[in-house]
Amino acid sequence: MSKGTAIRESKGDRLFVFFIYLFLSLVLVIVAVPLIYILSSSVSSPQAVVSGKVWLFPVDFTLDGYKAVFHNPQIGVGYLNSLFYTVVGTAVNVALTIMLAYPLSKKTLYGRHFFMVMLVITMMFDGGLIPYYLVVKDLHLLDTRWAMILPGAMGVFQVIVARTFFQTTIPDELAEAAELDGCSDIRFIFSIVLPLSKPIIAVMTLMYAVGHWNAYFDALIFLRKPDLFPLQIILRNILILNTVDASMMANVSQVQAQQGLKDLLKYSLIVVASAPVLIIYPFVQKHFVKGVMIGSLKG
Amino acid sequence: MPRLISKLQTEPSLTPRNPVSSKAPPDRSTGRTTGKKIKRHWQLYLVLLLPVLYLIIFKYIPMAGIVIAFKNYKVIKGIWGSDWAGLKYFHQFFESPNFWLYIKNTLGISFYGLIIGFPAPILLALALNEIRNGLFKKSVQMVSYAPYFISTVIMVSIIIVNLTPNVGMVSKFFEMIGVSNTNFMGIPGLFKSIYVWSDVWQFTGYGAIIYIAALSGVNPELYESAKVDGASRIQKILNIDIPSLIPVSVIMLILNLGNIMKLGFEKIYLMQNPLNLSTSEVISTYVYKVGLLGSSFSFSAAIGLFNSVINLILLVSVNYIARKLSSNSLW
Repeated sequence: MSKGTAIRESKGDRLFVFFIYLFLSLVLVIVAVPLIYILSSSVSSPQAVVSGKVWLFPVDFTLDGYKAVFHNPQIGVGYLNSLFYTVVGTAVNVALTIMLAYPLSKKTLYGRHFFMVMLVITMMFDGGLIPYYLVVKDLHLLDTRWAMILPGAMGVFQVIVARTFFQTTIPDELAEAAELDGCSDIRFIFSIVLPLSKPIIAVMTLMYAVGHWNAYFDALIFLRKPDLFPLQIILRNILILNTVDASMMANVSQVQAQQGLKDLLKYSLIVVASAPVLIIYPFVQKHFVKGVMIGSLKG
Repeated sequence: MPRLISKLQTEPSLTPRNPVSSKAPPDRSTGRTTGKKIKRHWQLYLVLLLPVLYLIIFKYIPMAGIVIAFKNYKVIKGIWGSDWAGLKYFHQFFESPNFWLYIKNTLGISFYGLIIGFPAPILLALALNEIRNGLFKKSVQMVSYAPYFISTVIMVSIIIVNLTPNVGMVSKFFEMIGVSNTNFMGIPGLFKSIYVWSDVWQFTGYGAIIYIAALSGVNPELYESAKVDGASRIQKILNIDIPSLIPVSVIMLILNLGNIMKLGFEKIYLMQNPLNLSTSEVISTYVYKVGLLGSSFSFSAAIGLFNSVINLILLVSVNYIARKLSSNSLW
């Protein structure tokens, strides 16, 4: 804000601003340092990592960790599976979301309130894990790729955000004019609504895609076949299930030698797995911020 | 399901604008029959069909499937064919020796998380609002949003890696102040703090977005007149910024309180190990273990239902109180 530029600030205010900068710098450091540490560790020698020499900068640069990651066939399969679930899942998500959100934004749609209530109820109450699991089981979706797509085919939250967007950006008059000219609703969606809604479609695509890439819960409960596992499940097996074993060994220094490469692999794996999301992140950050705001304020 | 819930907790954005629909614009079709109204948008109903089918199959059928909690579920007989069990499974849960432990863990982690995690983004937003737009401000925002995009699995791995004795960054830090060779993840008393503070680390930046947006909407004239009156920065924060954040904050608080029993499964489950179970077992992880790993479907569904009902009651009553006290509410 441009406060306090015209009138000179008092001593108290300047001190206050100093503390604000101090506080924000602290936030910056606390968030950034663990990330930098992981990145640096992933390219340091196993010995340096295990003996705790790595702080901010890599020690004895090596790419052994990454080599180990790329030689692991499981990780490759998981990466491809995750890619598939993310692409197909997101496409289904976005399509269904628009298919519900647009009609709900239409004030002249008879029964609109009923569908809205139907939607909102699902946010407040759900059957819980077991009935959810049994539905998927009864549909014979367990252990199929569909189990990763269909049960989460639409997010209620996103529907509400998209509906709000349609309501505020597409003027009723436009729809009326189109209707008078004999334009059908479906054609209106394709030739007017979708082109006007690129921002919200971008936001939704991003939200859903990140959600799919990061999800592991559905895979945990629905999938048993290793060749269907998404990356996150494989990460869990390597990163977390292993770690518990390791931390339960009494003295870490005794098993340093074998532990070394295993540790290094973990750091590299963390980097490789988060890379897709974090690389595109700076470019899409703005859209995410926009998404949050559409969901809240414009509402 | 749990994924959605955790989203709701972190994405501060649910301010349902109440149905403009109910007081919708005068319908020009006053004279028309219902049939004609439906016919007018018949194509839209067609479009609606698929998503509504989805809601019915994956949201409403599971809601109906909740009767399993009152039955002795047998796989061969299916949900509807199994015999009624009445409230047997609810009694079994209430009387189980660990009932209060799980409730205590669930509520303990939730409230701890709320007390720390609710004000944190507000604080960050207020601080960011005080400094000029520039490279520094942009970097703080950019860096602090980033952890939001890290997956739960990776997040827990980062926690574990950072807390590994002798190696991890955080444990090295603690060694410097004299706490050495501690397996932090194995200490039951630390579980809540590790969970809550790592959440703060991950979600504060992203959570601040909504408050920053609210602050940018404050009428600049207010600041001008405050300046003329000689208000200090702190006074401006107290008298302009904070009051203007109250509507958003109340909504966020309702959402958070309404989800208190729905403590996210994903992160806790991954953070559990045999050493910390006494403080880390919560209702959602217990439901998973008993139900899907142990195949006691009915018992587990009863616990889940109990949880959902408590949650619904909480949400409705918190919303009611908020509406009475501040006129800000979800509905």
